[in-house]
Amino acid sequence: KEDEEDESKEEDNGSQQNRASRRKNYQRKNRDGKKAGEEGSQKKDRGKTAPNKDQKESENKEKKTTKRGKEGENKQKKDRKSSTSSASSNSSDEESLSEEELAMLKEQVEQKKKLISTMRNKPWRMVKKLSVLREAQDFVEKFEGALGKGKGKKLYAYKMMMAKKWVKFKRDFENFKTQCIPWEMKIKEVESHFGSSVASYFIFLRWMYGVNLVLFGLIFGLVIIPEVLMGMPYGSMPRKTVPRDEQATAMDFSVLWDFEGYIKYSALFYGYYNNQRTIGWLKYRLPMAYFMVGISVFGYSLMVVIRSMARNANESTADGDDDNFIFSWKMFTSWDYLIGNPETADNKFASITTSFKESIVDEQESNKDENIHLRRFLRVLANVLIICCLCGSGYLIYFVVKRSQTFSKMQDVGWYERNEVEIVMSLLGMFCPPLFETIAALENYHPRIGLKWQLGRIFALFLGNLYTFLLALMDDVNEKLAEEDVVKNITHWALLGHHNSSAGNDSTVTPPPLDPADVPRGPCWETTVGIEIVRLTVSDILVTYITILVGDFIRACFVRFVNYCWCWDLEAGFPSYAEFDISGNVLGLIFNQGMIWMGSFYAPGLVGINVLRLLTSMYFQCWAVMSSNVPHERVFKASKSNNFYMGLLLLILFLSLLPVAYTIMSLPPSFDCGPFSGKKRMYDVIQETIELDFPLFVAKIFSYVANPGLIIPAILLMVLAIYYLNAVSEAYQRANAELKKKMQMQREEEKNKRNNKATTNPMLQDLEDLLTPSTKTESPPKQAEDKKIESLNGTSPVRKAGREALDGSPMAGGRGAPFTLPPQVFVTQPRALGARAPYPGQPRPWGHPLGPVPGRGRGQPCY
Amino acid sequence: LRLFDRYRDLAPQLVPLDYTDKPAVTLPYELIGSMPELKDNPFRQRIAEVFSEHGDGNMTLDDFLDMFSVLSEMAPRDLKAYYAFKIYDFNNDDYICKSDLEKTVNKLTRNELTPEEVSLVCEKVIYEADVDNDGKLSLEDFQHMIVRAPDFLSTFHIRI
Repeated sequence: KEDEEDESKEEDNGSQQNRASRRKNYQRKNRDGKKAGEEGSQKKDRGKTAPNKDQKESENKEKKTTKRGKEGENKQKKDRKSSTSSASSNSSDEESLSEEELAMLKEQVEQKKKLISTMRNKPWRMVKKLSVLREAQDFVEKFEGALGKGKGKKLYAYKMMMAKKWVKFKRDFENFKTQCIPWEMKIKEVESHFGSSVASYFIFLRWMYGVNLVLFGLIFGLVIIPEVLMGMPYGSMPRKTVPRDEQATAMDFSVLWDFEGYIKYSALFYGYYNNQRTIGWLKYRLPMAYFMVGISVFGYSLMVVIRSMARNANESTADGDDDNFIFSWKMFTSWDYLIGNPETADNKFASITTSFKESIVDEQESNKDENIHLRRFLRVLANVLIICCLCGSGYLIYFVVKRSQTFSKMQDVGWYERNEVEIVMSLLGMFCPPLFETIAALENYHPRIGLKWQLGRIFALFLGNLYTFLLALMDDVNEKLAEEDVVKNITHWALLGHHNSSAGNDSTVTPPPLDPADVPRGPCWETTVGIEIVRLTVSDILVTYITILVGDFIRACFVRFVNYCWCWDLEAGFPSYAEFDISGNVLGLIFNQGMIWMGSFYAPGLVGINVLRLLTSMYFQCWAVMSSNVPHERVFKASKSNNFYMGLLLLILFLSLLPVAYTIMSLPPSFDCGPFSGKKRMYDVIQETIELDFPLFVAKIFSYVANPGLIIPAILLMVLAIYYLNAVSEAYQRANAELKKKMQMQREEEKNKRNNKATTNPMLQDLEDLLTPSTKTESPPKQAEDKKIESLNGTSPVRKAGREALDGSPMAGGRGAPFTLPPQVFVTQPRALGARAPYPGQPRPWGHPLGPVPGRGRGQPCY
Repeated sequence: LRLFDRYRDLAPQLVPLDYTDKPAVTLPYELIGSMPELKDNPFRQRIAEVFSEHGDGNMTLDDFLDMFSVLSEMAPRDLKAYYAFKIYDFNNDDYICKSDLEKTVNKLTRNELTPEEVSLVCEKVIYEADVDNDGKLSLEDFQHMIVRAPDFLSTFHIRI
């Protein structure tokens, strides 16, 4: 009966006793099966009304606080049980309800249910909501059970009960889930200090962490664990042991740091895995699993990224370039309610003020009269410079990687030479972006556009670096492949030689097995690639951490402590405190993820390393941000950038998928290491599995499906579908724009109409008044005439005098005959001139030959 | 549960642990205004007034819940717009008139703008958003305008 408990505690802080008594009353009127129905209805209603997190919290709170109520509930339970027995005797009363009544009741119940479900959206006061909710619930409670009839009633009641139990379960699960979200308080803290844009970085980090965790679970559970548990242990096979000549140094830290030595021959890397078809007693198909996991890593990431993008796109349906409401939005949405720190609040106030002032200035200014040619020239110059930088960095990387290959052939290399590649790449990543920023100052863009350019350039930089790195690596791989043939022969001869020598003594005894460490090993290019990528990732991580430490923390300490004895004010002047570089950090995160995707096929342990890195990064960066950063001066919002970052992530996913796909499809795996050794191509494992493990007809089906004749039309069909959907979406967009324009026009029209109405209001009124008397049959002209004359007399002696003068004197100028007429016209035509108040005393009809004209249109002169 | 704890923390001696007999406990505005989430918000006075029962800023637990539920992430957009309108309507006449706008601007900029700038801003706002052209913003005008705003949902939000 905990649902009843919940209900009363949530809705009703104190009126549990009332409720209990009311319920008892209801029980007396109970029908059969009502008990289940009542329970169910309460649950369902509550399920709909309290998905809100706060209400859930309040519900939990009330659960905790009222223990006394529980006992009351138990008592009710007992009472109810006793009453159902009496209620069952009332079942015969059911039939007394007629059909229409039932239908009507049903309708009402539906209405109440709808009301309950939309309760959340109504802007009523809490108290009112609660009372209405209670009323509706009681109503539903009362009549729902009565709706199922006859034999089906028990089933119906049962169904309702199950439905409600399910809803309750779902709600509890949601509760649990929201409580499980990690780091919520931390993020809130950051948010209140720095605003929503910085917090969005941390939310992104958290999301990434989730994705990586899932990937890690996949890889770990399906590949590493089986290998460790069921595969051949270390040392049993040549590929799993450190070769004899390396054993001496295998445990050295420096060697381990380079991921050689023991780590190289461990489950972390591709080379460790055996190519046995099945391992262990479960007959677990390891090579197949390895391959499928590799593919599914990409598949899952793709799905997750696209889903997230779609969700973001849904939320921001309003087209962002709606410039109609700049000031209104500034006024009503610029204050970030999340801010909870005085320093940030100060900053926010300052930025709002500045932003208002800027907009005012924009508003008042006429078009900026700038030299467009100079601007264009500067922009082209800046772009040229930046392209030079990019090419330069690409070449540098290529050069360094080539050098490292020659180094690896030499003995006796220093630490610097060994790690040169990584160091150079990290340095490039550290220094080029600020360089780009300074060059971009030439361009003089609007800040948001400038930011986008900056991001694009950094992106190009990293991409270029990564791809030159890969190209250099490919050279390495090809070399290794060429080596393989040579080594194959050597191995063969070495084994033969060993057998001969050991069998030389006794030809009947089988030769003692060669110690695995002594077998000459072939080169293993996949492991090499894996090692390189892992080293790159690790150095990237280190560089990031060190940058944060030095760039933010040391700088802050320096500024804080040395400020006392320094010439100029360090805090306000040059070094000052660092601001949190959102875009740099997000890009770093995205590229890191790209590298992980690239390397996870060759080094399954890489994802584990990344998970650790994200975890520590979260705490580390939170600490760093709170302790040594200051809020941005221009506090701007995170709104649209989210989709932008997701788009970048998607791009990187594709770009890192390409090399892996290429190697899977076209390079032969090493003969001596890895789960695919011995095959011609890595994807042969699928074919093998299909042929051997599945029944025959599956193989046939696959061979039909894989027929190019079928695949090419399928691809064509998909391309056509994409084209069609694109066209449809464009059409919708156009329709949308049209509608918006229409709405705008309507608004303008209305505004204009009302504006006009405002200025010509009196005139309109007069016209209306004039119109109405003329539509009626001419009221006695005499009266009008008298009135007119009266008004004439009353309004202006001047007019009279003028008239008399006119009558008396000869017509002046050209105002001859026409003016003899008008006065008569005036006199004879009935007019309600009283309303003509605005035009009294104006000798217009006399002085102005056009006097009667305006009125002529309506047959009425007006003056 | 968290909310209740926060509510209690504001005034431990006033709020009883046991809510069974629905005590009419209200917390005075000063306590609410000193909550860390609201402390720096220039509109905290208005927020408290809007959500309190008698419009004076003193809130019962229900009002407290109401306030944070509207300001949470999950409240629907229209509901938030409705309450935002009430918050910005300083004189409670169901219209945001020019004086309300002026007060809003001054609160936002802490009186750093000159009066001419303030009035210019207010006029611009009325020009942009007033659809029925009565010189002030009604609820429909406000909703029509705020529903388009891309950051309304993310800024009108308190995390607790």
